[in-house]
Amino acid sequence: MGIVKASRLVHEYIRRDEEGNVESIQTALDGLDFDVKAGDFIAVLGHNGSGKSTLAKHINALLLPSGGTLWVDGKDTSDSGNVSAVRRQAGMVFQNPDNQIIGSVVEEDVGFGPENLGIPSEEIWIRVEESLKSVGMLRYRSHSPNRLSGGQKQRVAIAGILSMEPKCIVLDEPTAMLDPSGRQEVLEAVHALNRQKGITVLWITHYMEEVVHADVVYVMDQGRIVMQGKPREIFSRVEELREHRLDVPQITLLAHELNQAGLAVGEGTLTREELKDALVRLYGSRA
Amino acid sequence: MSIILDKVDYVYSADSAYEIRALNKISLTIEDGAFIGIIGHTGSGKSTLIQHLNGLLKATSGGIYFNGRDIYEPDYDLSRLRMQVGLVFQYPEHQLFATTVFDDVCFGPMNQGLDKNEAGLRAFEALKNVGMAEEVYYQSPFHLSGGQKRRVAIAGVLAMKPEVLILDEPTAGLDPKGRDEILDLIADMHQKLGITVILVSHSMEDVAKYVQRIIVMNDGSVLYDGTPKEVFSHYRELEAVSLAAPQVTYLMHELRAAGIVADDGATTVEEAKESILKAFGRKGSV
Repeated sequence: MGIVKASRLVHEYIRRDEEGNVESIQTALDGLDFDVKAGDFIAVLGHNGSGKSTLAKHINALLLPSGGTLWVDGKDTSDSGNVSAVRRQAGMVFQNPDNQIIGSVVEEDVGFGPENLGIPSEEIWIRVEESLKSVGMLRYRSHSPNRLSGGQKQRVAIAGILSMEPKCIVLDEPTAMLDPSGRQEVLEAVHALNRQKGITVLWITHYMEEVVHADVVYVMDQGRIVMQGKPREIFSRVEELREHRLDVPQITLLAHELNQAGLAVGEGTLTREELKDALVRLYGSRA
Repeated sequence: MSIILDKVDYVYSADSAYEIRALNKISLTIEDGAFIGIIGHTGSGKSTLIQHLNGLLKATSGGIYFNGRDIYEPDYDLSRLRMQVGLVFQYPEHQLFATTVFDDVCFGPMNQGLDKNEAGLRAFEALKNVGMAEEVYYQSPFHLSGGQKRRVAIAGVLAMKPEVLILDEPTAGLDPKGRDEILDLIADMHQKLGITVILVSHSMEDVAKYVQRIIVMNDGSVLYDGTPKEVFSHYRELEAVSLAAPQVTYLMHELRAAGIVADDGATTVEEAKESILKAFGRKGSV
């Protein structure tokens, strides 16, 4: 069993009227099966309303299954005795950094989590320093969070999660409110955590460019995983992605259009370097 | 008919220890019917700038002229200006409040002093313009999808019949299809209704694809002001201020360095494709 495993996971949002009678049922997760290998960087794509955020909240036991089972680090989330253990193993980062930062000084904010867990204070300071260092924010430790840029705030939020030493981090559209360099900063920081500390990452996003270096991509639609594979495999299926209201990175799209116009640069091209090299090769072998 | 900014300065918390100069001698002319993109990193002054255009913030010094009149004259009707210059904030769907979609969109025109019938007509037209299906008009706006809620919020501003529509990151948080739909809708309104559109965005790709003119803000000043092609030719300087050019622009520069294409000014996938096919001696299919 991997670090996060779902078996026929179902979630229903049930709306009730004042008397408690069921008004409507909306199935947000519809029998999900997946198994995330520890240490993987998983990217989750899907249109608004496809079930991504519902899934994220399950991994943190903020929501509990209406049917099926979800295990985090081998623990069944629906067992109420496991909730705090699950939350410690799977940290969560949300879209808006301003809603997640509570401390008036960066290091205080980062120390809040371990303090809550009852960790001794010498140990907390070690963790705070370590966490801020690994997201490149150590020199801001005594700053006020509200003077930081969006990308920096989001990295502080990630450090706050890291200080609880989770095995897995779920990030729900962490870059939606950031400018291009903020997006790049956060993505690079999380990739580094994944590589250096072996922390499993579930990265939910609407930006196709952010998915290029993931190990595995899940595409969700109507509460199910409808496509799954390496970025190259997923992004070579341009038309299918569009049916799920998604897209491909700009470079992949250009390569796709060039292919269709008869320039054989290869489908599923992910990076600028690849496309450039393919074009240089073709140009050299031109008759 | 235009908006003219003449050496606009804006200072937050003036004369205190926390004084921040958010706008620094901004002079701009926004012509009638233009489609403009404003880009800049977080904190560069974009939001402060757009809040001046409808009088929500008052310049510390300098002047703003809307259709030839100084908006800071004592008898200038600022509440009318706020209807002529419609501002759609980030995540505008958080501001929906009425029990039905239709009532929500009626709120603006009713506030303008129109009677119920007239306001209803405006709401009907605005909802049609943003492509909402009639069956949802009398449903609660809170049961709609994210993209639909955003359309309703935009309709609420459109119903006041603004001459200028300013949108602060209208696509944040939307899926790619939703992104394209909202931007296509905005481009369509610009064309069909002839209104001036100002789009604040963090997506260089979107700006390159849709607007005619880009204003780059940095440290409260205008760093560049020109067509997408002109602005993105400064891609190195843009990186220095936490921005970037569209991915294809970088590719085109690399291809030019490798001696393949003659023209490295492409900023959209279509332009890049044309240019590459031409270099390979093939005719484009578009």
